[in-house]
This record gives sequence, C-alpha cells and structure tokens, in this order.
Amino acid sequence: MQWSAPRNDGPSQAAGNTTGNTFIMSDIQYVAPRTLDEAIGAYAAAGSAARILAGGTDLLVQMRSGAVKPGLIVDIKKIGEMTAIEETKDGGFRVGAAVSGMALHDHPRFGKVWPGVLEAINLIGSKQVQGRASAGGNLCNASPAGDSVPALVAAGAVVTVAGPQGRRELKVEEVPAGPGRTNLKPGEIVVAFTLLPRPKGASDAYLRMIPRTEMDIAVVGCGVNLTMKGGVCTDARVGLGAVAPTVLLVEAAAKALIGSKLDEKALEAAARACSAACRPIDDKRGTIVYRTKVAGVLLRRATAIAAKRAQER
Amino acid sequence: MNVVTNNKWIGQSTIRPDGVDKVTGRAAFAADTTMPGMIWGKVLRSPHPHARIRGIDTSKAEALPGVKAVVTAKDIVEFPVDKSVMLGIQDMRWMCRNVMAREKALFPGHPVAAVAATSEAIAAKACELIEVDYEVLPWSIEIEDAIKPDAPILHEFNTFEGKPSNIAGKMELKKGDVAEGFARAEVVVERTFTTRAVHQGYIEPHACLIGVGADGKTTIWSSSQGQFMVRAMTSLLTGIPQSDIRAIPAEIGGGFGGKTIVYLEPLATMLAKKSGRPVKMVMTREEVMRATGPTSASTSTVKIGATKDGKIVAAQGTFYLQAGAFPGSPIRGAAGCSFSPYDIPHVLSIGYDVLSNRSKVAAYRAPGAPIGAFAVECVLDELAEALKIDPLALRLKNAAKEGTKASHGPVYPRIGYVETVEAAMNSEHYKAPLGKLQGRGVASGFWFNAGGESSAQVNITEDGNVVVTTGHPDIGGSRAAIANVCAELLGIDYRRVSVIIGDTQTVGFSNLTGGSRVLFASAMVVTQATEQVIATLCKRAAKIWEIDPEAVTWEEGAARPAGANAGKFPPLTLKELADKAPALGGPVGASVQLNTQGAEGGFGTHVCDVEVDVDLGIVRVVRYTAVQDVGRAVHPGYVEGQLQGGVGQGIGWALSEEYIYNKDGKVDNPGFLDYRMPVCSDLPMIDTILVEVPNPKHPQGVKGVGEVPLVPVMAAVANAVHNALGKRFYALPMSPPKVLEALEVAQAAE
Repeated sequence: MQWSAPRNDGPSQAAGNTTGNTFIMSDIQYVAPRTLDEAIGAYAAAGSAARILAGGTDLLVQMRSGAVKPGLIVDIKKIGEMTAIEETKDGGFRVGAAVSGMALHDHPRFGKVWPGVLEAINLIGSKQVQGRASAGGNLCNASPAGDSVPALVAAGAVVTVAGPQGRRELKVEEVPAGPGRTNLKPGEIVVAFTLLPRPKGASDAYLRMIPRTEMDIAVVGCGVNLTMKGGVCTDARVGLGAVAPTVLLVEAAAKALIGSKLDEKALEAAARACSAACRPIDDKRGTIVYRTKVAGVLLRRATAIAAKRAQER
Repeated sequence: MNVVTNNKWIGQSTIRPDGVDKVTGRAAFAADTTMPGMIWGKVLRSPHPHARIRGIDTSKAEALPGVKAVVTAKDIVEFPVDKSVMLGIQDMRWMCRNVMAREKALFPGHPVAAVAATSEAIAAKACELIEVDYEVLPWSIEIEDAIKPDAPILHEFNTFEGKPSNIAGKMELKKGDVAEGFARAEVVVERTFTTRAVHQGYIEPHACLIGVGADGKTTIWSSSQGQFMVRAMTSLLTGIPQSDIRAIPAEIGGGFGGKTIVYLEPLATMLAKKSGRPVKMVMTREEVMRATGPTSASTSTVKIGATKDGKIVAAQGTFYLQAGAFPGSPIRGAAGCSFSPYDIPHVLSIGYDVLSNRSKVAAYRAPGAPIGAFAVECVLDELAEALKIDPLALRLKNAAKEGTKASHGPVYPRIGYVETVEAAMNSEHYKAPLGKLQGRGVASGFWFNAGGESSAQVNITEDGNVVVTTGHPDIGGSRAAIANVCAELLGIDYRRVSVIIGDTQTVGFSNLTGGSRVLFASAMVVTQATEQVIATLCKRAAKIWEIDPEAVTWEEGAARPAGANAGKFPPLTLKELADKAPALGGPVGASVQLNTQGAEGGFGTHVCDVEVDVDLGIVRVVRYTAVQDVGRAVHPGYVEGQLQGGVGQGIGWALSEEYIYNKDGKVDNPGFLDYRMPVCSDLPMIDTILVEVPNPKHPQGVKGVGEVPLVPVMAAVANAVHNALGKRFYALPMSPPKVLEALEVAQAAE
C-alpha cells in the first residue's frame, strides 16, 4: 500500500487537495472578454444559465453550495472600464462595477470624498475577500443585507447599465427587485457607479449592526449622507439595509434632518421615520422588533458620524 | 515527586515542534492525503427528523457508471439494543446506529447510505439515485417537548419508570440530607436556567482516507483524538480484527472532545473493502454542523441555601441535558462537577439524559460541567447579593480544601481551589474601576481530569539524540511539553528530543486525547522510560569504567562517576555512549506502558468585565482574567493558550453561539456565518494567572489543564451582565435581540 502524505511528497500535495464540492467543471463554460460588447454578446446569448463573475465572492459560494449551476461564466475583470476608478475634473467619481474593495481603499482621493461609501464597501466579507469583492457584485447579488448598497443609495449614486439594447442609467435603489432579484433586463450588465461632485461641508457614513465585530452579515445597515452649511443640514439622504426585501431610500428620514441643526427633535423624527419604514422579517439573524428598533439607533449614530466628518471637510 | 525549582526545560515555553509545518501549510491534516487509485465516498443523509426506514433501493446508484461501492446499515456490524457493549464512554449499540441509520432515521443528517465513486460529483449523483422508503414520524427537538407524556418516542425499547420514554437515564449524587440542610438555611435562592446546544467548532471537518488490501489489512489515515479509539471502533463496526487495522493519526485541526468518536471511518472502510479501492471521505461544514456532536442543550434548576453569615448549608440541582438521538448526554459532568468547588454538608444533584431528534451529542471540553456551573455560579452570585457579601468572599468562605468530602464522592487531597479565589481577589483586575455601562462578574469551576492508559517509547538514536514516541494525538501542545520533560531528565537541549505520535501498530495502546489527561499520563510514562534509559546508560558507563553501576550518576547529559569514584574518570556524554552502544550491548531504548493513576481534578476562578451597548443590546467582554490551579505548568505558553481558548469558547456559548432549528425540525444555521462563534476581534486579550499547586501523585506535579477553563465562563459573563445592568439573564445565549428586549421590558416596568 503506497501512501503519499504531503510531508513525504511535497510538491504533489495540491493534486490530492481537491476537497471541493460537487460541480463538474466541464459542464461550465468560462469566458473572459476584453471588451464590454463581447461580454454583453456572450452573456445575452447564454440566457438565464449565464452568470457574471466579478470577484466571485458570492457566485463561487453559491456554486459550491449547489444553489447555482451556471452554464456560462462571463468574467468581466479583463474589461478596462469595469475595473477603473476615474475622478472627473469637477470632483465626481466614476467607479467600475468590478473594482475591488481593496483597490478602492487604496485610491488616494476616493475615501476622503466618500468615506461612508468606502467604509461600507470595505465591510463586505473579510480582508481577504476585499481583494476580490466589488460594489457591482454586491449590488447585483441583491441581498437586502448587502453592505455597500445603503451607503450608495444614501450617496445618490447612479448606475450605468449596458445591454443588448445599449446603455441606460438607473439610480442604485432602482436596481434591486427583491432578495436575489434585480430589475436588470436580460443581458444587461452593471458597468459603473457615478458619484456626483460634492460641495464643501458634505460627508457620509455607514454603520451596520452585526452580533460579531467582523466576518458577519448586517442585521440592519444604515447609510447617511449629509450636507451641512453653518451648522444647518441643507441636504440629506438615508439608505437602510436588511429591514425590507430591498434596500430602502428613506425620504421621510432625510426630510426630518434637512433644515435642522441635527438637534434631538430632528434626530428623533428621523429615527422614527427609519423605524416606520422597516418591513423586516423574523429570522435566525434578528427579530422584527429588534431590527425596527435598531434602524432608528443606527440612523442617529451614522448621522452623528457623517455630521462630524462634514464639519471637518 | 521530583518537582524542583531550578528546572532548565520544565517551565519553559519552548518552540512548538509542529509550529513550522503549521504556519507554512506543510502539516498533513486528515484531508491532505492521497493514494493511487483513490476514489471518493459520500454519505446520503436523512432529510427527516424522525422516520422509519421501510426499505432502501440502491440499484440505480450501483448501476451509475463510476460507482464502485454502496453501503447501508446491513454492511455495518449490528449490536442488539438489549445488550450494552461499551468502548470508553460510547455504547456500541448506539454507535452502530449513529454511523448508519438502521431501523429509523433519527435526525436530519443521519446517514442512511454511503457511496464510493471515481469522482465526488458521481458519488453525489449516486446518492441522489438511492431510493429510501421513509415512513415519516412525528418528532421533538427541545427538552420540554421530548419529556411531555405524549411526546413521540425515539426508541420504543427505552423505558423510564416503567413506560416508554425519551428519558434515557438518571443519575443521582447525594451527600447528607438536603431537607435537613434547607431547614437550617436563612437565605435560599432557587432559579431555573436554560442553555442552547453549541458545537465544538473545530476548524478541520472530519475526514479520512482508508485502504483495505486483498488480505483484509486495513490502513486508516484520519484525524481524531485517538487513533486507538478509531481502530477499536472501526474494528467493532466492521468485524476486522484490531491487529489488521493500522490507524495513522493525521495532524488534527481541533477536536475539543468532538473527535472522540467516529463517523466516517467505518463507512469508508466498508466502501474500500467492497470496492477494492482506497476511499477518501471529507465532510462539508454543513455535514459537520448537522450530523456531528454538538454538546447538549439544557434546563437546570438549582437551589442553594445559606445561613446569614454566608455559610452554605444545602444545595440541590436538577439538570436535564439533551442527548440527541441516542443516550449519553454528559449528565455526570453537569451533576457531578457543579458543586465540587464547595464544602457543603448537604447536596443532592440529579441529572436526566433526554433523547430528542437531533444529532447525537459528543464530548465538548469538560462535558456537562459548564452547563452545571452556569446555573450554580449564577445562583451563588444572587446569594452573595442577598447576603451582601463579596461574591469571591462567599466562595472563599465555602471553599473545598484538603480533606473536604466532595459532593461527587472523593475526599480531596491537597487542592488549589482556595489559591485561585485568593489570586482572583488580589488581582489588579478585581480592584480596577469600571466604566460606564460596564459590569464585573466572577465564577468558579471544577473538572474531574483523567488518567488512564498510556504507552511511550524512548529511543536513543545512533548519533546520540532522542526520539520519543507516544500514542496520543497532540491537540494541546503535548509534543513540546513531553520534549521539555524528557530533555530535563536527560539534561540535554530540548531540541535534541524529537517527539512523534505513533500509529496504532507502532506504539502500545494509549487511550484517547480527552479528559485533560495527555500530559499527565504521557509525562508519567515518558518519565519512567527516560529513567530506564538513564539507568542503561549508567550501566554502560560503569562497564567501561569497570566500577559498580550504583557508583554512576547521570547529570547534565552525561554519566559521571560518583561517590568514592567521583572525578576518577571523565564524564561520558549521551553522544559518546550512543557511539559505543554496539559494543556495549546494542541499542539503547525503553518502552513503558501504564494505566496511570493519580490524576487530580482542577479548579479555576474567573473574573470578567463586560460593557453593554444598551441601544443595540450588544454585550462585549472588555477584560477577562482566568485563574487556575494548573499543578505544574510544564510549558506555560501552552497552558496559557488552553486557558485563553477555553474562555473564548465560553464567551461564544454565553453570548452568541446556538443551534437554531426551523419549523421543519432542521438546523437553520449549519455554517460559521450564522452559527456565531466569536472571531478574534470579538475578544479582549484574555489574561491568565497560573496558580501552581503541584499534584503530589505525579512526577512533575502535572494536573490536567485543558477543560477547566471553559467551566466558569458563561456564569462569569452572565454575572458581569447583571452587574452592569441590574438585570439577570437565565437563558443563553445573551444575544442582542434578547438583551434589548429584556432592557425594554425593564424600562417599561419602571
């Protein structure tokens, strides 16, 4: 009987190390086009059996668990536009949908202008996952608990989508349709996020409640984006995650903040508006009562952080 | 006992011999091995919590190209339900039905068949082709449902008080007369507590690779807490004699008690035997969570009475523990350990073993003891509050000491419990001020610790170094600690001592790694074997010098003439004597096999600070000190690691870990995302205070240290939460929704 433990045979260890789950690779086609047109062509032609691969931090997990069995995988990371971070002359940003969290983290300017968006994206998964995970993937995975989405909703980010019928633009909050479902049309791919230039005195923040301190999934997530002028809030947007089938834009909460000095009365009204907007479920991660209460708590805390940042900017 | 103060290696945190391989990824764990011609095994598992198996049709699976073998319960040796056959703490009647469902499937995830095929994908496909005819039965998961008079009965043959029942056993420990004791009590506190099932949470899933030759000779490569346990269980369940089974221990990626039984090995052995090919099986995390042992959920009621001066006069505990699908929950640990730190004249402690439709529990670090301690130590905290006594002072006043008759039976020899309480009271931590919304809690704990069978060989290599072979998988650092002991005795650099774990056919029988027994037992056999080696070396030197062997001593790695001959000859080093070995009688080595006795129980006292986010209901442990009587810390770094690891697991049990079941009776969180073990950033640096009261019955004074540190933790955390909020929690885990709800209820009441 011949044994080959890695201790004895060193280099051939990898050959015996395939403890992975059960999908047969030959059943899956993989393409990595260099242009968007090629990607759209391949993706549209394969129909519902196709999946887009950016970082793969959701897709590969779903394939391993057997939840998804794609016939075609279209890897979009070789397409320049989708992995580029571009700062426009007027101070806006265009972030490719497949830009990894770590690449965005390392950008010299992005985090200074959009600290809330960056911290939300950087909360996806772990440090290791950040090397691959992207905001585009997080949005298209359409989990109500996706961390980047409430922050991007609060930021008023616009999504450029490309498909067989050409390009169009959507607000971030218009993309998710329900858990695991989007409003993208067949063959459409999210290409990039556009974030508008922002005035002095504007900043944002994202907070989530997780039972652990990291490596977890949001029980509630809250993004707040504020513009402050002379101590008064002149503009605000609030995004809430994990409290409804899709991430919510809570206009009533923003309205409660706008025109105020973020005093207790305004914060209380905004927190109530957040709790009122919640339509959560009871599940293993949290109860309806808990999520509803926590939405208001996070609104207060995220607002305080965003306001402090706005003052310093 | 040769505990001496000027040790060179004992007491040093030497570099772990397995460290380089582990940090470079070279260490070979169970799933890291391959064999030529190897095929893959997969298990088909029951989707039902409770179902009679009317028939299994494997013909379609067997016809699938690539499938080499299929096994079901008929391929596993059956042990009739009316006759107990024990192997360690496991009853083979239940083991044979747990590894493969026989009459009934008793929990979702219970194996009903296994397939071996040329690829994992084909094996998985073949599992789908197996047709199982189930008669689905009603089920129960929770204790209160399982003990209802009309509860669905898991095992018709199991009766309690004359009727079919899900209560599989009762144990009662009695000291004095509690009725008399409580009659004298001036303050009595009685409370009921619940804990949830928690998993051991080892990172490495169960895995094995097994080959069976045409002659029936079987080789098992797997990771477990005992290669001899794997050999014995596989032998009993397959009918292959132990002499034909070579079980090779792989490096183990965590066990915590959960790898003291087998799941895959008997199945892979039969698949390999039937197919003639080596078979590899690797569980997924989901399979680990659904089908391998968590520890019990529990419901406990504890009543303690004291006089106004703080003397405890009576204590009573009733502990219901979930066994899962087969009898065998750790009621002995719960009922037997929970009052053990204290000198109480009247104690009654009762444990009930409760069956229900969840996976069979497996040992988990001081099995049962943390469950019992949670209830007892929380009641003591309330008692201290009622008596207006410092909670550590209450413990000190009632502490067990040398001569105390323990509630679980024995009269204690010299023990170090008092020292742990005093060290906690005198610690800087216990006196430090607390911040806003912070609270401090304390708790103590006890665990039996074990001795038992161990074997070791000590061989001197031709170049004058040392190889020690022992029979226990190294989970807690035993290789490094054994090297320290052997190097100390031989008076050589510990790097010249290589310690390896032998397989079942190369070293004598050694009981499994469990019960905090390994260093206690193996240091004992290694000490004796090393002493025999030294005696041989002295004899050889005497022969060369032509003097009496008694006139030779062994010091600092060399034989030296002593007494009247002192200084007459230059010393002969180990290297020189090894060099001369062929001419002086041959190789030098010794083998010692013992059933070791004299393991003493261990005590710990913990201090925990928490901070509560009252708006989110989040409890964070911000400071923690674990004090423990460790006997003698042969390798202090590893001892501290044991204490810290136990505390980390206890914090998870207290705050976030729990099996969550859905309405279909299935585990809803079978993975590390939603089964929330703490991650590093959830924990503070866990400080340790090692109290060393040497075990007088051990050559180095060793006491087991690995299990005690989990015992007090949940109570220490709960008592700290009470101190912070003025609110007591009687149910674990104290997860954010529960904490917030309790705070809101309290607020509404004000």
